[in-house]
Amino acid sequence: MIATAPTNPRPDECLLRPGNTNCGGCGMSIGLTMLGRALTEAGDTCTLVIPACCGIVTAGAFPTTSYGVPTIATTFASSPAVATGVACIRDLNDEPGQVICWAGDGGTYDIGLATLSAAAERNENIIYICYDNEIYGNTGGQRSSATPAGARTTTTPWGKTQDKKDIMSIMAAHRIPYAATLSIAHPDDFARKITTALTTHGTRFLLLHSPCPTGWKSEPEDSVKLVRLAVASSLFPLYEVYDGATYRINVEPDGTDPAEYFQRQRRFKKEEIDLRATRRACSDRMQRLQALAERYPSDR
Amino acid sequence: MSVQVITGNHAAGYALSVAGEANRTARGVACGIYPITPQTEIVEYVAKFPFSKGRVVPVESEHSAMAVSMGASASGARAFTASSANGLAYMAENIMVAGYYRLPIVMVAVNRTLGPPWNIWADQGDTLMLRDFAWLQFYCENNQEVLDTTLLAFRLAEDQRILMPVLVCMDAFIISHTQTETTLPEQTEVDRYLPDLDLPHRMRYDEARTLGGLAWPHEGLSQRLEIDEAMKRVPNVYQECRESFTETFGRDPGDVIQTFATDDAEIVLVASGTMATTAREVVRQRREAGEKVGLVKLKMFRPFPEAALREACQSATHMAVLDRNYAAGTGGIFWQDTRAAFHGHRDDVLIQNYLTGLCGGDVTPAVIDDILADITSRSALGDPVWMGIDTGEETKQ
Ligand SMILES: Cc1ncc(C[n+]2csc(CCOP(=O)(O)OP(=O)(O)O)c2C)c(N)n1
Ligand code: SF4
Ligand SMILES: [Mg+2]
Repeated sequence: MIATAPTNPRPDECLLRPGNTNCGGCGMSIGLTMLGRALTEAGDTCTLVIPACCGIVTAGAFPTTSYGVPTIATTFASSPAVATGVACIRDLNDEPGQVICWAGDGGTYDIGLATLSAAAERNENIIYICYDNEIYGNTGGQRSSATPAGARTTTTPWGKTQDKKDIMSIMAAHRIPYAATLSIAHPDDFARKITTALTTHGTRFLLLHSPCPTGWKSEPEDSVKLVRLAVASSLFPLYEVYDGATYRINVEPDGTDPAEYFQRQRRFKKEEIDLRATRRACSDRMQRLQALAERYPSDR
Repeated sequence: MSVQVITGNHAAGYALSVAGEANRTARGVACGIYPITPQTEIVEYVAKFPFSKGRVVPVESEHSAMAVSMGASASGARAFTASSANGLAYMAENIMVAGYYRLPIVMVAVNRTLGPPWNIWADQGDTLMLRDFAWLQFYCENNQEVLDTTLLAFRLAEDQRILMPVLVCMDAFIISHTQTETTLPEQTEVDRYLPDLDLPHRMRYDEARTLGGLAWPHEGLSQRLEIDEAMKRVPNVYQECRESFTETFGRDPGDVIQTFATDDAEIVLVASGTMATTAREVVRQRREAGEKVGLVKLKMFRPFPEAALREACQSATHMAVLDRNYAAGTGGIFWQDTRAAFHGHRDDVLIQNYLTGLCGGDVTPAVIDDILADITSRSALGDPVWMGIDTGEETKQ
């Protein structure tokens, strides 16, 4: 079944078209808009490859679509493999445009991890963007391995006991040419990283911290504030990794206490969050990144 | 054209490769591959084929192998893959999607027992498990038929009236690993037989179309109905593809069902794959002895060639359906569909099921003799008969 939107897309105007049914304050929607703008700025365009996740529900029902660029839906675990096939044929026919996987954390950290790892190991010429809302949003809010410790989900009704998986280290270990974290609270950094990704060849992995008011039990108007807090407190640092070796920290955390981040989301219960341990984890995370950034000084 | 002594796997690998190469003047070819015994030689063959405009991607799983082929096919390229048994089970989710996306992918499957217990020998249960997806299915009985059917499969799958993926099946080892004389067509002949692929609903980088979003029930229903209509067109389109195959290569790739001595047969054996070869020889001997016995080989299983089968068995009073598979809780899958094909059309024919050659057992002439002895003396339908079960009684004697 093929749904049609106007042809000759200009990603800034129509990568995500108005009228979609995403929740208010959805970070994924803002991310898509920012992606569209960055593509247009660079004079580039894309084909989206989207597995089962909120991102494909975004398209809406046949025969309409909210995506103003060519889009193909895949099974939950398959977006990097389908993208491989699409990119192969694009390259064999010398056609323009990026092939971009737009996948949730479930499709990335969990069910699709082997597929993603294999595509990265082959260094396929694709961009993979994981919008990480730290939950299975589409199925109503179950845990994923990206869910942080302490968060209540429908399958961790008393708070998740395990910590979030460090997907950036996993991807960096594949020594792919480019990996970076993104935040909708830092649009300039976001745009620059998209531009870097667009001008890099091979597998490029981008991790977007994607607020989800529905899953996070937060206020829609708090979405940007929450992810800004996450950057400032080192819960979600903004950095990039070239070739798995050269680390660069893009926004220096200002030592903001993570407490407010938790207080503003009802998925966290005060008594279930170990703030002392969290502060320690934040400082360890930053120290490790700073050590890596120093060890391999960036020449870029 | 050259004649070579090669395995069934080699024949399949060759056919997939030259078919892929034939699309070099269009959008090219790409596929994902993953090995599993006894299919491995096929993917090794395509991996070393020097495609002028193509890429073979050695992926990390069957699930991804089909996904890569789907990405390529949805981009308008020719695409194929191959698998077997547990590989097919692992791939199943994406096999289903390829059908519903109406992607003309050709997959060669080597029929192997689904484990556990682990067993690499012939059993058709693996591809029959996929029978309800929107895929065409063909079962071959020798190396030449594998090669020819694979080439024909592309022409059929890519026909604008069909646009559905095709499975070409062969029995593990009996075909896959047995070398026989096989005629290999030249690339130029294949180029003539397989026109440039033009997939009407392919993705285009400058057209904002969404493939595979949500659909409400009435839209989903019409998508299924379109599949049903395309399935109904298969028998006629197959004949066209078969005729032009014969014209191009000077060889008949065979009808969707192949009859032997059925004209006045009272007892008809229904078989597929290599079982048909053995059954045909037994039937030939029985005919010489004056017995009114015949054989129907089912080459095409999806869509099920109901009308042709009924027509071939007009004089039959008894039919013995040989199944190299077992659908737990029911019986053989070819039997179920054969019975359904006669129901309401002819209720005076006794259609008995024989489960034979399962899990790699040999279906020898002696087994066919036993089946004929049973069906001849039968006056009523019974439960499926398990052939070749060692009850231990003979050893006790
Ligand atoms: C093989 C398979 N298993 C389960 C599902 C059901 N399912 C659809 S989306 C989803 C969760 C997606 O989570 P994530 O990738 O984080 O994306 P989000 O919904 O949060 O946007 C699940 C479990 C499926 N579509 N396919
Ligand atoms: S559930 Fe979350 S990710 Fe999904 S649309 Fe709503 S806010 Fe966005
Ligand atoms: Mg998610």
